[in-house]
Amino acid sequence: MRTHTDASEQPVRIFEVADRLPEHHSQLSLVWRRFKRDRLALLGGAIVLLLILVAVFADELAPYDPAEPLHDGLTAQGMPVPSTLPATTRFILGTDSSGRDLLSRILFGARVSLTVGVLANGLAVTIGVVLGSVGGYFRGWLGALVMRFTDMMMAFPSLLLAIALVAVLKPSLWVIVLVIGLVQWTWIARVVCGEVLSLREREFVTAAVCAGASSGRILFRHILPHLIPTAIVWGTLGIATNVMLEASLSYLGIGVQPPTPTWGGMIQQAQYYYRSAPWLMLFPGLAIMLTVLSFNLLGDGFRDALDPYQRR
Amino acid sequence: MKRLRFFVTDALVVTLVLVLIATACGAPAPPPPEATTPPEPPAAGVPQYGGTMILTYENDIATLDPAIGYDWDNWGMEKWIYDALLDYDVDMNMIPHIAEMPEVSADGTVYTFTLREGVKFHNGRELTADDVAYTITRVIDPETMSPGQSFYFTIKGSEEFANGEADSVEGIEVLDDYTIRFTLTQPDASFLNVVALNFSFIVPKEEVEKWGEDFGHHPMGTGPFVFDEWVPGQRLTFVRSEEYFLPELPYLDGVEVQIGVSPDVALLRLEKGEVDYLGDGIPPGEFVRLSEDPAWENRIVHSVRVHTGYIALNTQLAPFDDVRVRRAVNMAIDKERIVQLLNGRGVPAVGMLPPLMPGYDPDVKGYDYDPEGAKALLAEAGYPDGFSTFIECISVDPEPKLCESIQNDLKQIGIDLEVRTLSPSTVIDDAGTPGKVPMVWSGGLAWIQDYPHPSDFYGPILGCDSAVQGGWNWPMYCNPELDARELAARGMSDWDASMEEYQEIFQILLDDAVWVPVLHQEDYNAHSDALHGGVRDFLHPVHDIRAYMLWKSE
Amino acid sequence: MGGYLVRRLLMMLPVVFGISLITFSLTYLLPADPARMFAGPNASVETVNSIRHQLGLDQPFYEQYLSYVWRAAHGDFGYSYHFKMPVWDAILSRVPYTLQLTFAGILVELLVGIPVGTLSALKQYSWVDRLGTLFALLAVSAPPFWLGLLSLYLLGFRLPIFPLGGAGSLHHLILPALCAGAGGAAWYARMMRSTTLDVMHADYVRTARAKGLRERIVVYRHILRNAIMPIVTMAGMDIPWFLSGVVLIEMVFGWPGVGKLAVDAIHNVDIPLISGTVVFAAIVVVIANVITDLTYAVIDPRIRYQ
Repeated sequence: MRTHTDASEQPVRIFEVADRLPEHHSQLSLVWRRFKRDRLALLGGAIVLLLILVAVFADELAPYDPAEPLHDGLTAQGMPVPSTLPATTRFILGTDSSGRDLLSRILFGARVSLTVGVLANGLAVTIGVVLGSVGGYFRGWLGALVMRFTDMMMAFPSLLLAIALVAVLKPSLWVIVLVIGLVQWTWIARVVCGEVLSLREREFVTAAVCAGASSGRILFRHILPHLIPTAIVWGTLGIATNVMLEASLSYLGIGVQPPTPTWGGMIQQAQYYYRSAPWLMLFPGLAIMLTVLSFNLLGDGFRDALDPYQRR
Repeated sequence: MKRLRFFVTDALVVTLVLVLIATACGAPAPPPPEATTPPEPPAAGVPQYGGTMILTYENDIATLDPAIGYDWDNWGMEKWIYDALLDYDVDMNMIPHIAEMPEVSADGTVYTFTLREGVKFHNGRELTADDVAYTITRVIDPETMSPGQSFYFTIKGSEEFANGEADSVEGIEVLDDYTIRFTLTQPDASFLNVVALNFSFIVPKEEVEKWGEDFGHHPMGTGPFVFDEWVPGQRLTFVRSEEYFLPELPYLDGVEVQIGVSPDVALLRLEKGEVDYLGDGIPPGEFVRLSEDPAWENRIVHSVRVHTGYIALNTQLAPFDDVRVRRAVNMAIDKERIVQLLNGRGVPAVGMLPPLMPGYDPDVKGYDYDPEGAKALLAEAGYPDGFSTFIECISVDPEPKLCESIQNDLKQIGIDLEVRTLSPSTVIDDAGTPGKVPMVWSGGLAWIQDYPHPSDFYGPILGCDSAVQGGWNWPMYCNPELDARELAARGMSDWDASMEEYQEIFQILLDDAVWVPVLHQEDYNAHSDALHGGVRDFLHPVHDIRAYMLWKSE
Repeated sequence: MGGYLVRRLLMMLPVVFGISLITFSLTYLLPADPARMFAGPNASVETVNSIRHQLGLDQPFYEQYLSYVWRAAHGDFGYSYHFKMPVWDAILSRVPYTLQLTFAGILVELLVGIPVGTLSALKQYSWVDRLGTLFALLAVSAPPFWLGLLSLYLLGFRLPIFPLGGAGSLHHLILPALCAGAGGAAWYARMMRSTTLDVMHADYVRTARAKGLRERIVVYRHILRNAIMPIVTMAGMDIPWFLSGVVLIEMVFGWPGVGKLAVDAIHNVDIPLISGTVVFAAIVVVIANVITDLTYAVIDPRIRYQ
């Protein structure tokens, strides 16, 4: 008999309820139901969707060309123009120090941040899953070598390594994607390695080995599917970190180059005007914060939904 | 009930965040900590003794070795520690300093200087003519690798010495302890300027030999201030010399240079009274606010610099080896916009020489802003669809912004320009490497006169001798006929005829479009209430901050 | 224990070599001519060539790498082109500042994160919890350099409470430390919250309460003690992530630490300094990891026998 209803009991309750449900209850629908109850995760998901829409439809949404210095974008003395709100005929968020419309630049900045964030993370997750699986599955020298290599790469502070790599190659969108991907895979590899280590002891692996399956087949067909939840969670959380890293690189001046607008680059240019035009610094920062926050919430939501034994 | 509490909490937090945002955007800043009424101007011409001036710079000084230093930052600072034979007064006339004005031979090739007696180095030893000979020889010596070497090539025997063909410079003769004679290969109207140049600051041989390459970090001269301490990246201090040969100078007890202070922070410290003067000037983003604030009226100094900001076009790299392409670029740049981006602190340039430089031609024929004409010219040169190239720019604000304006201008005529922002030393190195960089924006590195004679705007930056690795002739332009003409012009005894020659020379250069002259910048800076001096002491056209003329009140 | 220590140190060696190899390769690939940088822009081509030979830059890659390692083992990390001083001296002069900032930042992370997380757990779902969660979410999402700039603006300029950048006194340290620690504090708060929640519902806590112990003793001696352990050991693993953040904070506040030195070096393409600082940072991380592992081994004897 239930005498108290504290939170720790809830996951068990779901299973109990689900047992009594007449309809078929796949893993997926369970996960989805858990996800739906998490208001913050839903909020995160909604914002992510919004950001994706903004990035895709920036051309239509933005009132001006983000790279175009406008003639009346500067005051007569050459200073940025503040927001013209409540009038929406001209510059809703004002202009930057070169006379370009701030709102347009922020909208287009989403494009760079999301592209870099998603693609770099795809690269990082791929490398991380591959190396982590190899490191976790193969006992002996191969596994140990891979994990030592991972340890070594983990020792480099990611920002310094990223800066050094960008200095060797020239900064451009694809280089930044590559560099961030190369710098961020280590955490994923660690986690995957741990999971594979425990998965490899499970019976289905022993059965597959007995059946004569090769290592590659076992890894690919049997173990990999179990890693999907981890990949999804880290895939989402990783985007948040990558967006932050991209913003940091742009702030240091070695991200995607002007005139392509990037939020970090906008903050870098705005810092000289922090007294006369503080809004220049505020809005790009808020944009970054919103993006990172929403991906974090979404990723946390996935993690909680996919692993009910992890308490909040 | 729980729901309501959540709502209230969230609402409170959101309100808090919005309030923070509002304070950032809305309310005006509190008045600066100084009094809002302008302070009374100090009693003119009554300097007081004492006090230390605090000066800030963002970047560390490269070196204080006068034979090597060629940055704007160390140029002025060297004058605090060293002296030359001659000097300039506030109106840029040459005056005697360590030496009397020289006796010049009738044909203008022999200069004999008589030195003052009793001028002492900071280690106590008296300066003699041997020191002068040592110093000048050292600059010409190829081992020193001095960027100013070529200024001295009119001295007889200097080129032979520089090539290793001779052991010493024939044209430098020590007659006795206080007399030195220079013999030139031809008359040179700029020679006195060269004698007053930083490269000619007299150094003590024993100190140079003691420190070797490190002499730049342990400088010693005869000047009004003695070098005291240098903590790299943090602080540089100087103290008053009690033995200076002009006994009434300096007024200050010392100068403290704080390093690693960004211009914005420096300005804030100035407003709080913690700092006296801004080595890097007023940050561009703050200039308008400061100039409109009545409390700052008496504390902003302003002077017209003898300066040209330009885009260097590498004449050795296609497509800029075609003069039509270079002219097209000239016609494409919106110079008014660039001046506007600098808050109006300057005038658009037509010709290459600045208005205050002798030899300036007010009627010089330049290029009007004409993007359509530029496109047509490009098509004529074989680039109807434009081309891709890159420009190097220093990363200090507002230069990247100006480069982006150039980028936008060139986009209008079909040229796809990549802007590479790099540190100043990297840009200088790259620009001085033949075949490396097609376009360079001189902003932050622009050519400011070393002395008031147009040869200064020719030799070091446009002559054949400097179109080499490490030279400052970034267009890598070499026109031997023009070189010869310039040398002849320097030797002319008729000043007016000489200046007419220079006008023609620079018109030819402009026709050849080796630069895009963009603007002539004006200098603005702000100082604390306590620091006083004439405008030319704060912003001297050649020596920048003349700390030995400034004084502090309480 | 001694055996574990030796084994752990031995495992460090290949990692250190690997780090030096990777860093050296990177600097080898940098598109700048070290001989030219050393000689300065005014040197002739012949001088540069002779310097190139002197510095051994015309040797094959592996020879250069070996001589680099040999010199490094003797404490010679090269000569910085830009600062005109030995790399080792340049780094060493900045280390105390970065150490200060790192310790202060980690202190902030722990002092802010642990109480916030614990309170959130103890008063789960209350307004304290909501506020704490909100703070954590915001702090972890805000770009540290932006936080730094904003706090400089609001607390250094608008309300002149703190000095505007630079180092020197404790007063100068507060704002940078707060900004450096904000993200980590948020992370620790959330971790602390979750571990405390786990512990709160554990059997031994229920037993303690059933025994009739006062709530305060239950909280401190049983809940917190056990909840904190994983957190404190994680503080060591924090270091590489923290060093990244420290770089940005040093840039924003003009804090003369190793991070700012590294970024300045990269901006100036000062190759010896770049390789010196990156290797230094990585080695610090490796040592921190070793120390963490050793601490873990001391606390939990099971680990020693792995």
